Amino acid sequence: MNSREMIKIENLNKSFGSLHVLKDIDLSVYESEVVCLVGSSGSGKSTLLRCLNFLEKKDGGSIFIRGEEISPDTHNINDVRQTVGMVFQHFNLFPHKTVLENIIEAPIIVKKIPKSEAVDEARELLQKVGLEDKADVYPSKLSGGQKQRVAIARSLAMKPDIMLFDEPTSALDPELVGEVLTTMKELADEGMTMVVVTHEMGFAREVADSIVFMNDGKILEKNCPEEFFDNPKEERTKEFLKTTALK
Amino acid sequence: MPSFSHFFQTFISSKGLFLDATLLTLKLTIVSILIGIIFGLFFALLKISRIKILEYISNAYVFLVRGTPLIVQIFILYFGFSGIFLIPDFWAAALALAFHNGAYIAEIFRGTIQSVDKGQMEAGRSLGMTRGTAMRRIILPQAFRRALPPLGNQFIIGLKDSSLAAFISMNELFNVATTLGSNHFDEMTYLLIVAIYYLVLVALLTMIVSMLEKKLAISDR
Ligand SMILES: Nc1ncnc2c1ncn2[C@@H]1O[C@H](COP(=O)(O)OP(=O)(O)OP(=O)(O)O)[C@@H](O)[C@H]1O
Ligand SMILES: [Mg+2]
Repeated sequence: MNSREMIKIENLNKSFGSLHVLKDIDLSVYESEVVCLVGSSGSGKSTLLRCLNFLEKKDGGSIFIRGEEISPDTHNINDVRQTVGMVFQHFNLFPHKTVLENIIEAPIIVKKIPKSEAVDEARELLQKVGLEDKADVYPSKLSGGQKQRVAIARSLAMKPDIMLFDEPTSALDPELVGEVLTTMKELADEGMTMVVVTHEMGFAREVADSIVFMNDGKILEKNCPEEFFDNPKEERTKEFLKTTALK
Repeated sequence: MPSFSHFFQTFISSKGLFLDATLLTLKLTIVSILIGIIFGLFFALLKISRIKILEYISNAYVFLVRGTPLIVQIFILYFGFSGIFLIPDFWAAALALAFHNGAYIAEIFRGTIQSVDKGQMEAGRSLGMTRGTAMRRIILPQAFRRALPPLGNQFIIGLKDSSLAAFISMNELFNVATTLGSNHFDEMTYLLIVAIYYLVLVALLTMIVSMLEKKLAISDR
């Protein structure tokens, strides 16, 4: 891939107290690339994603977004976050707002877009995720899969260049996983740059351009799906794939 | 104990005075709770500001209010204030009660703000909101809803506490009862009457609070 570098991480380190969680992470994500982040529990996947959105403060190293080094000291992190969307495992929809209000909140409040424009865009997004009939419903009335699709629409409403997903289907009943993955796949097909932490190996194999395997705070292996699944280099990767195949 | 017919006649003949006093008691309670809500929100936000000095100020306020009797607070504020400014007795009493209620309301708000899932703040921030905006638009509306039932309870406590304003000669329920009682050499009758007024008020408020709770439970999540 010779397109633009959207994210570049250099020598990133992060500790929680004495627990060294991210160790000398180097990673590049290119425009329209879909990177799946896999690895066993506690390997630091969420922490890496959260550092990219500055929900966690890095201890050392550099993060470049579209070529520009970003640091909370020199940049307004709130502006940076508008270009990097995030979807959470537990959706985190605003329960006191309807589906439509969830989506238009940030465009109106943060981007100062006129309400009528925000509503039009929100309805288009809802159509895109197949929930146009749920605009005036409160999140409590939605299934998990519907909630997650609303959360994706809410993120997209800010027109981000990059979308981060932290286990977007892990909290869902098995029969609801498919609809969310379909939405994500459509997003990938449209050319969105995506970093996805997931345990859905089928999705990773089908949609990812590259797969990053994390183990104990380090990136052990980065490869295209075919190589990663069929011809893993590292012993730890083979073990990991064996445990996921058993599931 | 007074006979029932005597009690009933006294109840009827005194109702004008007691209804006026009820209005004053309610006014005093409502004003002191509303101002207390402002105090409470302010000190709750200080408490969760993550700025040490502001946290200490908030802690000190709650400690002072909880650590001293309300009647002492009322007298200090009443004599303290009226020594410096000329404020009407009603406002001296309302402010003293508000100062007192505010500490308990601060604890209510602190609790309900912290009970909002921390993913809500993260979701807001990940959409580009500042901490303040996310607090105002996302966290506080949820915290307020959750605070309504405990605020209702604080209102009931505040209503009963307002009887202490009698000691700075506010003609609220309790003062009217003791004054009438000693004028007629019939304290017990009037005390029983005023107890009934308080019971009815508290029963009504309790009903309103539980209706609120039910309504919130339905619309929640
Ligand atoms: N806020 C925190 N404070 C202290 N330790 C933390 C914190 N967040 C994460 N950790 C620790 O950092 C390590 C990595 O956590 P992280 O959530 O990044 O793992 P993960 O790869 O996402 O795991 P999972 O698959 O279970 O989500 C874990 O040992 C975790 O306990
Ligand atoms: Mg995780």
